Amino acid sequence: MKITRKEVEYVAHLARLKLSAEDAENFTVRLDQILTYFEKLKELDTTGVEPTSHSMPMVNAFREDQVIPSLPVEDALSNAPDKEGNFFKVPRIIE
Amino acid sequence: MRLCELAIPELSTMLAKGECSSVDITRSVYERIREVDDKIHAYLWSNEEYALSQAGEADRLRKAGEKLNPLLGIPVGLKDIFLTKGVPTTCGSKILEKFVPPFDSTVVSRLKEKGVVITGKLNMDEFAMGSTTEGSAFGPTRNPWGLEYIPGGSSGGSAAAVSSDMCIASLGTDTGGSIRQPAACCGVAGIKPTYGRVSRFGIIAYASSLDQVGPFGKNVRDAAIMLEAIAGFDPKDSTSVKIDVPKYTDSLTGEVKGLKIGLPREYFVEGMDKEVADTVKAAARTLEKLGAQVIEVSLPHTEYCIATYYIIAPSEASSNLARYDGVRYGLRVDAQPNSLLSMYKATRDRGFSAEVRRRIIIGTYTLSAGYYDAYYLKAQKVRTLIRKDFEEAFKKCDVLITPVLPTHPYKLGTKINDPLEMYLSDIFTVSCNLAGLPGMVIPCGFNKDNLPVGMQLLASHFQEQKIFQTAYAYEQNTEWHKRKPKI
Amino acid sequence: MEYEAVIGLEVHAQLLTDSKLFCSCSTKFGAEPNTQTCPVCLGMPGVLPVLNKKAVEFAIRAALAMNCRIEDRSVFARKNYFYPDLPKGYQISMYERPFCVKGWLDIDLNGAKKRIGITRIHMEDDAGKLIHAGDFAQAQSSYVDLNRTGVPLLEIVSEPDIRSPEEASEYMRQLRNILVYIGVCDGNMQEGSLRCDANVSVRPRGREKFGTRAELKNMNSFRNIQRAIAYEIERQVKVCDSGGEVIQETRLWDDAAGKTIGMRGKEEAHDYRYFPDPDLIPIAVDAAWVTQVKDNLPELPGRKKDRFVKDYGIPEYDAALLTQDKLLADYFETVIKEGAPAKWVSNWIMTELLRELNAEEKSASECPITPGQLAALHRLIEKGTISHKIAKGVFTEMYKTGRDAEDLVKAQGLMQVSDDSEINKMIDDAVSENPKQLEQFLAGKDKLFGFFVGQVMKKSSGKANPGLVNKLLAQKLDQLKK
Repeated sequence: MKITRKEVEYVAHLARLKLSAEDAENFTVRLDQILTYFEKLKELDTTGVEPTSHSMPMVNAFREDQVIPSLPVEDALSNAPDKEGNFFKVPRIIE
Repeated sequence: MRLCELAIPELSTMLAKGECSSVDITRSVYERIREVDDKIHAYLWSNEEYALSQAGEADRLRKAGEKLNPLLGIPVGLKDIFLTKGVPTTCGSKILEKFVPPFDSTVVSRLKEKGVVITGKLNMDEFAMGSTTEGSAFGPTRNPWGLEYIPGGSSGGSAAAVSSDMCIASLGTDTGGSIRQPAACCGVAGIKPTYGRVSRFGIIAYASSLDQVGPFGKNVRDAAIMLEAIAGFDPKDSTSVKIDVPKYTDSLTGEVKGLKIGLPREYFVEGMDKEVADTVKAAARTLEKLGAQVIEVSLPHTEYCIATYYIIAPSEASSNLARYDGVRYGLRVDAQPNSLLSMYKATRDRGFSAEVRRRIIIGTYTLSAGYYDAYYLKAQKVRTLIRKDFEEAFKKCDVLITPVLPTHPYKLGTKINDPLEMYLSDIFTVSCNLAGLPGMVIPCGFNKDNLPVGMQLLASHFQEQKIFQTAYAYEQNTEWHKRKPKI
Repeated sequence: MEYEAVIGLEVHAQLLTDSKLFCSCSTKFGAEPNTQTCPVCLGMPGVLPVLNKKAVEFAIRAALAMNCRIEDRSVFARKNYFYPDLPKGYQISMYERPFCVKGWLDIDLNGAKKRIGITRIHMEDDAGKLIHAGDFAQAQSSYVDLNRTGVPLLEIVSEPDIRSPEEASEYMRQLRNILVYIGVCDGNMQEGSLRCDANVSVRPRGREKFGTRAELKNMNSFRNIQRAIAYEIERQVKVCDSGGEVIQETRLWDDAAGKTIGMRGKEEAHDYRYFPDPDLIPIAVDAAWVTQVKDNLPELPGRKKDRFVKDYGIPEYDAALLTQDKLLADYFETVIKEGAPAKWVSNWIMTELLRELNAEEKSASECPITPGQLAALHRLIEKGTISHKIAKGVFTEMYKTGRDAEDLVKAQGLMQVSDDSEINKMIDDAVSENPKQLEQFLAGKDKLFGFFVGQVMKKSSGKANPGLVNKLLAQKLDQLKK
């Protein structure tokens, strides 16, 4: 087994996903298959090979330190699922 | 022929001569949408009023002699991944079902600058994760050439709409083949440009180091016109490149004498459909007859591309999709006990499909402590090897030609339950994104079920001209692009 | 068992750029909620970050001021976690390839000089603000203000070279001073533009291996840093002495209770899943840019202190005090430029001016007396128009009213009396009014000289020129002796 159900549940929690018992079962099987497939990469010797973070070797993309008007607060909040006054509102943070 | 059946240059000429108006073309397109979209389901959002008001404006500009360019007044559809101001942008997902952005993506701004008529938003696999458009939270799109078949994905709606004349051209995105596979399945031209050629600002991100925007057109020229309009440096995108945009239409000479075409042996392998392989090889021979030289090359790390892609893309996606948390926009599901944590989980559970959740979990795992080196870092190193393969190959040839899919388009519902098998069908398209290269697909034949077969043309970074040149020469010597699905 | 404390400080400084790190929203403090946001810092779908060049320049200044080696390539990395004040679900920070490394700054604790190493400095974006409906533990909802999201931060990590709460506080003072000097941060700990976390552990003296450390947070002043660390060291020593083990955890400083409170059980270990941000490209700072910044770097506190000692001939202690605050140092030099002698200015600032400013907890920038006015005050003393003593009173009035010394002296008739005949008259009066003391003085009680000086000063309401009084009184008494 490359991954256990407990690990899947832990990783799901890290990603703030809730998994039903059925999903957890299915995902574990599928993920196991997929991770086993990934083992393929071990066949390659990558000692001394630089990782590709970006396709193009560029550096220094900057902008000047100038202020541009922000979004009107109505626009910033226009898609908010819950708000109060000019704040986004969220449920109780402490469990 | 009806107006909606024509391509950009013809329409542009007619508009210039006053033989029709943009309103006429737009009405024709909407008539077509009413005719066939019930069956195809390419559009997630369309609104004739919205479209006609843009068309009217385009006609007014033309009369005033302003903004005259080949795209003025041309109806274009947008994959629902492009943020469009004031218009619902869902990314094919329930988590953004009611999201209406307060700004336009850069490419949409550029099209609006040209006076394009935006027809509506097109269906896609949720968050661009899929190769069949069956992954859409709002139902699949069907292939106009055969309604039981997939249109390809993730930009299935964009390809199907062009193929069935429900818009003259469209925009899609491609992370592992999401423009090229639908182009092949639907028999249209589609190009994924070099990474950094087109701005990603305002494109809902899937895998940031792989995503690129590209057009669909009814033929090579249309794709070239569209790419010219949207390409170029954007200061809002740090990964966009400051290289001038050539006039791609200048490459459409019809000449290929002296051009070297490489056929990578690893792309014509056991296990793939023989008919597909033969069709593509035949296309290469056609080009040979036109004066190109065809040689065999090798891309030795091809077999590692899928694993590399399916580590990198989900990793980046798991981070890109963290913002969908029900706080500032999108779906929110409150749950018991009333807490932030249960809200996060209930929202993301209800809002994301199983495939999206699966990829988020894979990506979270491959970045997690203890696994980062073995997976993400390793994959990024193998990516360098894959890139080097192409560098070597392009020393020997100008353009590579390959199949797009290892099989013919399959029927809806076939592979949906077996993710790994679905991933494996991306074998010919992911390498291009990993290396950041430009790749185009045009039709090169039809199979016994009258479904299109596509061929892929690849070139080195910022060598789209060579691709357009080769593709155009082939296209002008064949008739595939003139066929239309009977629907 | 004797223990040694091992302390490292992690400081976050908000940079004084006009716009945010990755978008063009304003960084101004105190705006109405969510009025300084845009799609980028709101983390809307499809947005991309673009780096503020000025923030990089500020980082170069900090690197130079703290003697760090600027890395050839530095790379932004995503730090992934979920919280409502973090719109994208990740912070853009730096991880494996920070901006600069291996620097140091010197501290001076009561004459003992020590060099504290700086491990690394990097840039990252700040999170927003959460407001809770009532008490955090009870609140049923919270409110999110994202104005602060995206404001540029510089994170400065020290080596675990600090060995006492006093050293920690002194390091923080020096660091703050440098950051304010080079103009990258306003150093306001109360408002949160300068924040400090401390990693504290103890080990038996002589042992090399580090003990388990606790991370202290919520210390918003130099005093609190010192108190919190002192408390924590004692707490950890007690734990070790009783045979227990220090737990690795975050502890919050509770100022009211005077202790650190463990967060264990209330927080979980984070797996931040750092990876290079694919939406950004590396920073490459070339030698030319470094030289340009170096040439424009303001004089650093250490240099300025040394220069004050050398150029103005003032003691090192005084110079250190004057250069604690750049604005105070500038004030000092401006007064000198306006014509007052360095030693006088230095003394006057350290005794009179700082007393007034400190009483109101004001800084030099808020001083109601301009350097020109202070120099003018000195001129009056020098001319003999007023005595040193009277000048102190005038100074207090100047501070209260902001008026010029000359105005106040005229208005209150404080001019020094330096007329011989006037003084002699007062002396005559003083002598004749105090026959008993005169007799005693003439009999040999020399100490009573001071008594007569005092009497004359009283008669003149303090305005008599003391030097002249001394001279003329001595003459008169001598005469009488004969």
